[in-house]
Amino acid sequence: MTALPSAPAPAPRRQLLVGVGLASAAGAAATGGLLALFLQFRDRAMSTEGAWLPEGIKVPMVPANVMLIALLPICVFAQWAVYSATRGDRPHTGAALGLTGMLGLAIINAQAMIWKVMAVPAAQGSYSVLFYALTGLVTLLAIIGVVFSAVTALRFLGGRTADREVVVAHALYWYAFSVVFTMLWFVVYVTK
Amino acid sequence: MTTIDPHAVPAPSDGALVASVAGWVTTTDHKRLGRLHLVVAAVVALAALAVAALVAFERIDTESVSLELGGLTQMFSFARFGLTYLVMLPLVVGLGLAIVPLQLGARSLAFPRLAATGFWLWLVGGVLAVVAIAANGGPNGGNPRFVDLFTLSAGLVVLGLLASLVCLGASIMTTRAPGLNMRRLPFFSWSILVLALGAVVALPIAAADLLVVFLAHKYPSLSELSGNRAIGDWVGFAFTQPVTLLFAVPVLGLLGDVVGTATRSRLTPRGPILGAIGLAGLGVLAAAIQTPVFLSSGFADLSANDKVAELLPFLLVQVLPLLGTFLAVALVAGGLRTKPKVSAALVFSLLGALEVLAGAAAGVLHHVGDAGLQGSVFEEGTWLLLVGGVLLGSMGAVAHWGPKWWGRRLPDKALLPLALLTFVGVELASVPLWIAGFADQPGAVFPAVEAGPSVVEFSYSGPASLWNTLSAAGLALLVVSVLAFVLLALRSFTTGESAGDDPWDGLTLEWATTSPAPADNFAALHAVRSAEPLLDLKPSTRSDA
Repeated sequence: MTALPSAPAPAPRRQLLVGVGLASAAGAAATGGLLALFLQFRDRAMSTEGAWLPEGIKVPMVPANVMLIALLPICVFAQWAVYSATRGDRPHTGAALGLTGMLGLAIINAQAMIWKVMAVPAAQGSYSVLFYALTGLVTLLAIIGVVFSAVTALRFLGGRTADREVVVAHALYWYAFSVVFTMLWFVVYVTK
Repeated sequence: MTTIDPHAVPAPSDGALVASVAGWVTTTDHKRLGRLHLVVAAVVALAALAVAALVAFERIDTESVSLELGGLTQMFSFARFGLTYLVMLPLVVGLGLAIVPLQLGARSLAFPRLAATGFWLWLVGGVLAVVAIAANGGPNGGNPRFVDLFTLSAGLVVLGLLASLVCLGASIMTTRAPGLNMRRLPFFSWSILVLALGAVVALPIAAADLLVVFLAHKYPSLSELSGNRAIGDWVGFAFTQPVTLLFAVPVLGLLGDVVGTATRSRLTPRGPILGAIGLAGLGVLAAAIQTPVFLSSGFADLSANDKVAELLPFLLVQVLPLLGTFLAVALVAGGLRTKPKVSAALVFSLLGALEVLAGAAAGVLHHVGDAGLQGSVFEEGTWLLLVGGVLLGSMGAVAHWGPKWWGRRLPDKALLPLALLTFVGVELASVPLWIAGFADQPGAVFPAVEAGPSVVEFSYSGPASLWNTLSAAGLALLVVSVLAFVLLALRSFTTGESAGDDPWDGLTLEWATTSPAPADNFAALHAVRSAEPLLDLKPSTRSDA
C-alpha cells in the first residue's frame, strides 16, 4: 500500500446539481427523441395523405397557452426560492417552493383538460400514439417536478436550511422542464 | 499510512450467511454493486452465447431446421437483446461502478441508492424480458400480452442502466480527489465519463421509442408504428453501430490504464488520447438521429451537392467514431515501445481493443451503400466483434482489478491461453459472417414477419455451410472460454494466491488502498499532482524519467 500525501477536505462540488443536470438532460433527450418521431410522421402523413390531425380533432389552445405562460412564474418562483434560501429566509423559501409546486399542479391539470377536450382515441393511428407518448412523458416530468418541489420544501422547512444546493437543483430542474415544454408546445400545439 | 485496514471476515455461520445475503441484496457499496453487475452479466453471457451458437448451428443447413420457426426467432432476439443490454453494456457499467470511485480517490459513489435502484431495475427488467421472450413475446413474437411485457421490461432495463450511468457521470464530475482534474483522470474513468454522457442522450431516446412501440402495440390501429414488429425499425439503432461502439468505448480506456501500468510510464500524448476516446463516443449522434446514416448506392453518380449532403452526416456519425477508436488504439499502443511487463490483463485488453477497432471499421463499411452489405449478415458479424471486444476487455479488467475487489489474483499462466482462445472464438464467430454477408446471406436483426424468417431462408453460391459452421464453432468456443474464465475466477478469487495491495506496481489511486478495498475505500483524501500519482512516489522505477 502506497502512502500518498493527505489532502484537506475539498470544497463541495455540487453533486446534486450535477445529478439533476444529467437527469434533466436525459428527460430532454427522451422528449426530443419523441418530438423527432412526431415531426417525421407528420411530414410523412402530410406528403401522403395531406393531413396529420385525425378528423374532428381540435387542439384547445387556451389551456396549452396557459401552460406555457405558467412556466414564466414557475421559473421566477424557483429562482425566488434560491434567492431566499441563500439568505436563510425560511418563510420566503417555503412560499416560493409552494407556489412553484402549485403552478406545477396547474400545468398537470391543464394537460388533463387538454386530454379530455381533445378526446383523441388511443387507437387512432400514429398521431394518437405519439400525442399520448409525448404529452404523457412531459406530464410525468411535471409530476416529478411537483414531487421535487414538495420534498425540497419539506427539507427546507424541516430545518435543513444549510442545504441550499437542493434548492438550486430544484430551480435547475424547472428551467430544464420549461425548455422541454416550450419545445413540445411549439411542435404539438402550435404547428400541430 | 493513509488508508484503513480491510474489515476482518469472520467464519460464516447460518446467521452470518443470512446477514451476508441481506447485505448483498441491500448494498449501496459501489464495489458490490459493480460485482453484482459483473456476475449477472457473466451468467447471461453464457446463456446468450449458447443460444446464439444454437441459432448459428441452425443456419448451417437451411434444408433441415430442427427448431420451431417462432422459437428460433425468439432465440435470435434473446441473443441480440441479451448480449447487448444484459451483457455488453452491464459489463462496462459494472466495471465502472466497481473501480471508478477508487480511481477517483473517492470514498463512495455519488447517489449510491440510485445506483442500487438502477441495478435492481435492470435485473428485474432483464428477468421479465427473458420471461417474455421465452413466452414468445419478444420482437416479432406472437403472444400479445408478453409482447407488452417485453417492451416494458426492455424499458426497465434501459432505465436501470441509465440510472447507474448517471451516478457514474456525477461521481466523475464531482468526487475526484483534490488535484485530480479532468485532464489527469485515469483513461478508464474518462472513457466511462464519455459513455455516461453519451448514454444520457442515447438511452432515454431508446426508452422513449420503446414507450411509443408499447402504445402502438397496446392500442393497435393502422399506425405505421406497428407494435412489436416495429421494434427493429424504431429501436434498432440502439442495437447496432455506432451506438454499440459507444458501449465499447471503455475498452479503449481500459487499454490505456493497463498499458500505462505494464510499461510503468506516463502515456503521452495524454490530451490527444483523451480526445480520441471522446471522439469514439460520437456514435451517440446516431441515437439522436434515430435513422441509419448510409452512403447510398451509386454515391459516385450523385451531384456535388447531394454528395456533400450525404457525406457530412456520414463523416460525423460513422467515420469520426472510427477515427477516434483508431487514434486511441494507435496512440496507446505506441506506449508499448517502452518494454511492457506482459500480463494477462495486457493481452486481454489489447486484443479486446483490436476487436473493437475492427468492429468499428467494419461498421463503417456496412453503411457504405456501394458495398452492398445492407440487410446482410455482415452487420451481425460487426456487432459480434464489438460484443467480443467488450468480453475480452472485461476479462482483462477482472484480471487487472480483481485483486482490488477480492484480495486475490488470477494466475497469468492460465489466463494467457484463455485470452488467445477467446480472441480466436470472437474472430471465428464474426469474420465468416462478414464473408457470408458479402455473399448476400440475409441478416436477421429483428426480421419482419411479413418478410419471412430470414434466419433460415437463404441460399447463395459458395460454401454457405462452411461460413455458418465456422461462426457456430466460434460462438461455441466463446461459450467454453467464458465458462473457463468464470470457473477460473471463482477458484482464484476464493482460494487463489493472495495479491497484496499493489500487485501490478500500479500508477493510479486505486492501488493506494488495501486489497480488497474497505467499504469506504480510503481513510483520508489523497492529494494528487499528476495523472499517475503513484508514479510520483516511485521515481527510481520511472521508465520515462
